Amino acid sequence: MAVGEYWVRPGPEGYLPPAAASMGVELPQRGEALVEGRVVPEEDAFRVIAEKLLTARNPVFFPGPKILWAWKDGAVEKARAVLKLMEAVGARAIPMPDYRPKYPMINPAVEINPNHPNLTIWHNRIDVGVFVGVHCHYANLALKIIRGGTDCYTIALCGEVGHEDAMITLRDVDAGKLERLTEVARALSAARSPQVQAPAAGAAG
Amino acid sequence: MSKGLFKISPGFEDVMPAEYKELVTNGPYGRDLGISDLGTFKELIEEHPLCAGCAEALALRLILASLPNPEDTVIVGSTGCSSLLFPQVAVQNIHSLFGNQNAVATGLKRALRLRFPDKVKDVAVIAGDGATVDIGLDMVMQSWFRRELITTIMLDNEVYANTGGQESGMSPQGAVLNMAPLGKKFPKVNLPEIAREAGCAYVATISPALPRRLGKVVRRAILVAREIGPSYVQIFCPCPTNFKWPSAQVLQKIRDRQKEGIFKVREYVSPEAEAYLARLEVVKQHDEEQ
Repeated sequence: MAVGEYWVRPGPEGYLPPAAASMGVELPQRGEALVEGRVVPEEDAFRVIAEKLLTARNPVFFPGPKILWAWKDGAVEKARAVLKLMEAVGARAIPMPDYRPKYPMINPAVEINPNHPNLTIWHNRIDVGVFVGVHCHYANLALKIIRGGTDCYTIALCGEVGHEDAMITLRDVDAGKLERLTEVARALSAARSPQVQAPAAGAAG
Repeated sequence: MSKGLFKISPGFEDVMPAEYKELVTNGPYGRDLGISDLGTFKELIEEHPLCAGCAEALALRLILASLPNPEDTVIVGSTGCSSLLFPQVAVQNIHSLFGNQNAVATGLKRALRLRFPDKVKDVAVIAGDGATVDIGLDMVMQSWFRRELITTIMLDNEVYANTGGQESGMSPQGAVLNMAPLGKKFPKVNLPEIAREAGCAYVATISPALPRRLGKVVRRAILVAREIGPSYVQIFCPCPTNFKWPSAQVLQKIRDRQKEGIFKVREYVSPEAEAYLARLEVVKQHDEEQ
């Protein structure tokens, strides 16, 4: 495949999927995002993310240490914003409190192990996974492993410049941007819900 | 470092694994704990993967309980049985490549001194005999020659244990091991003596069969490495699996070896380190009287 035409789509892509960056996928500029390796305006990405999460069978957030621990100013606000977003889209969370490889075994229903391909997304039952508050190098590693071995659709809500190996990546994500994403999700959710029909005027009660 | 680092963000308490919640409420951070408090706080994350009866595991628990400043301590480990245990410890830790541990610890200590000039940050290497006396001896000794302010703790299980039982520099002469069936031809390396000659300000040998003394030794080694110079502690914890001892008899075997004079408890304190430790003792007594 020619460089620049690479689509970052759900796997399984095999034991060693190529890094999207090595296939010509470049990180987005400010105000932009990547959807499956293509640059789009950030607002468009909000809608796609909300749509993906709201239509998912089992949407799961993978919060990392940067928001799980109240370690600096701003971390708690961001954590609260993530919780609101999770509630808005009806997602659950599997935490990554740290990145230590867990021996001799891990309970993958309780905690994600980003170092271990078979234990990252257990049984491939998670169809949409969101990475947030994960340090860059571990997010890169885990996102690539997930694409290699599962068909999970991954979304990175990145505090820095984004991740090419996620199917959707937003950059510079702070509490404000998470609030905006929650608004979009709520609006989309309301639009998708069946309207409660008011009884016709004059109808008997 | 503030203990606030170990607070869970509000709202995420429910999804956090139970062991982390317990660590926050019952960990060693910000508390003055010691060997006698073992069992009353959480120094390891749940079960460890080492063999039943492993004296290394006991030694590591005792080390962790003896750290004077666990929240501001970084442990640097290396390949070996002990590295299987590090993911479970409740202290910041780095896993280095086999034998690189003292070089990594050197860089880390220097970086921490630049980044946090007003704080005490302890760096302790905890590695097995293969990493310390065989593969990593060059870097271990070079760090001592340079007087790096780090503590080196060797868990001396006298064998390359997790690779099946090759002889190490610390295997005793004549030891018959799975992959040394004819018996080792050379004597055990005298690393404590080398450490002293190489410039360590504090050197000690100890075993987990003497828990309180082990705690004191580790504490002293770390305190000396803060101000005076490098320190070295060798903890005798032979491997029950490779020496084919029943798990329950390991500590007795260690005591027997001590009685036979094969393993000796030793301590060397340089005059500068001795004066420094005495000063700390005076300060501690003064604080207790206040």
